[in-house]
Amino acid sequence: MKKIITTPITYDQLKDLNAGDTVYLTGKLATCRDAGHRRVIKENIMPENFDFNGGAIFHAGPIVRTNPDGTFTMISIGPTTSRRMEPAEAEFIEKTGVKMIIGKGGMLGKTTEACKKFGAVHCAFPGGCAIIAADRVKDTYGVEWMDFGMPEALWEMDVEEFGPLIVSIDTKGNNLFENNKVAFSEKVTELKDKL
Amino acid sequence: MENKQQLTNILAEFIKTVSIHLPDDVEKRIRELASCEKEGLGKDMYGCILDNLALAKKYNRPLCQDTGVLQFFVKVGTKFPLIDCLEECIVEASSYATLNTPLRPNVVEPLGEHNTGNNVGYKAPYIEWELEPGGDGLSVMLYMAGGGCSLPGRSKVLMPLEGVEGVKKYVYETILDWGVNACPPLLVGIGLGTCAATSAMLSKKAILRPIGTHCDNEKGAKLEKELQEELDSIGIAPLGFGGKHSVLAVHVECAGHHPATLGVGITTGCWATRRGEVVIDKDLNARYTMHTVKEGV
Ligand code: SF4
Repeated sequence: MKKIITTPITYDQLKDLNAGDTVYLTGKLATCRDAGHRRVIKENIMPENFDFNGGAIFHAGPIVRTNPDGTFTMISIGPTTSRRMEPAEAEFIEKTGVKMIIGKGGMLGKTTEACKKFGAVHCAFPGGCAIIAADRVKDTYGVEWMDFGMPEALWEMDVEEFGPLIVSIDTKGNNLFENNKVAFSEKVTELKDKL
Repeated sequence: MENKQQLTNILAEFIKTVSIHLPDDVEKRIRELASCEKEGLGKDMYGCILDNLALAKKYNRPLCQDTGVLQFFVKVGTKFPLIDCLEECIVEASSYATLNTPLRPNVVEPLGEHNTGNNVGYKAPYIEWELEPGGDGLSVMLYMAGGGCSLPGRSKVLMPLEGVEGVKKYVYETILDWGVNACPPLLVGIGLGTCAATSAMLSKKAILRPIGTHCDNEKGAKLEKELQEELDSIGIAPLGFGGKHSVLAVHVECAGHHPATLGVGITTGCWATRRGEVVIDKDLNARYTMHTVKEGV
């Protein structure tokens, strides 16, 4: 059975999720990455047509086609490295009330703390699988912050069963990729010892 | 004039093909690695990767949204009829393919961060030239350098006393620190030379070589094999979720070096390593060497 999270996201929908679980998202989703985080945190500016509160964001820079009638077609949209947003994410969560952050790979301690404190999760979308993601975007209904260029702009979408999303940070302070990293480091220590 | 347009069209079509289809060697290797993961997230993630490849072909769209910065490695005969306008054709094809495939416009101007909108800018796309005296043909190799997979790249000059152990340590640490976010399984290129720059260049050459080929130098080939087994034992693939492997392959390229230095370069490609070669003769007949898909697909 597919576990589906729908926006607006409540704490109730997230509280039983564990790091490593697979979920899907239905509802509204906006891309927001390096420049978008800077705008929210440093310049205190929020998008006009997208409510982060109870919402979901995607660390991604898509390829979008603008059609002759001004509508958009989502061509290809996979995740970008979430770790780059680590310095800003905790503050972003606190400030906006965002409940789900989707990206590539994991995030670190500060974000893990914020997820626990404010009841949010970070999920990893399989890196590079951009057509699977585009296929789940039902409508790209708007864009803001185009002054950043196509990859960094804030694209607003309706998505249906968007995923698979692997919970990487849950609301209880568990962090999948940090755990994996410990296991990988042990292997590397073994390898070095053999040199 | 007509020929120039024809060459531009061939190159634009080639760029598009490389963005949609993995080269044969990479796809074959991914299928092999996928068949080793029998359960859990490892199996699921390879399932996504294979589904994604099929959907990209079906919709004729770039298989990953990060179509990178276009890097061309050109080998041109000095008697190739269009040699004088070749650079112009490559630049024009890059811009055309960006707007019409479409690719993601990635190129930002140096130090200004202004996105040029068509992947063309100051010294972009990147073009490396090699002349073939007397030849009348052309070979264009394209590598799409994505962000995530370019990030682990580095080079360093070790003390010769650090030896092969020093090289290995440097490689392990780089893959441990940066590999997860580079969408593994990775194609790892290692260059061994005198200085940071030549070692880096050799490591780039290493990942342009098809998987299944080996370093011509015996010791280099041995290092490839050892590093591949060792990196695989860390098990970061697929996609950092953990599994039986870490790499698509490890390729080493080495050159005789200064006795006082041991330069090491590392370049990584992701599971979606998109590279290809088109060989074009003087009559502009084109042939892809790394893709079985036909031109115009
Ligand atoms: S590392 Fe490769 S597969 Fe992953 S997002 Fe970047 S270009 Fe795409």
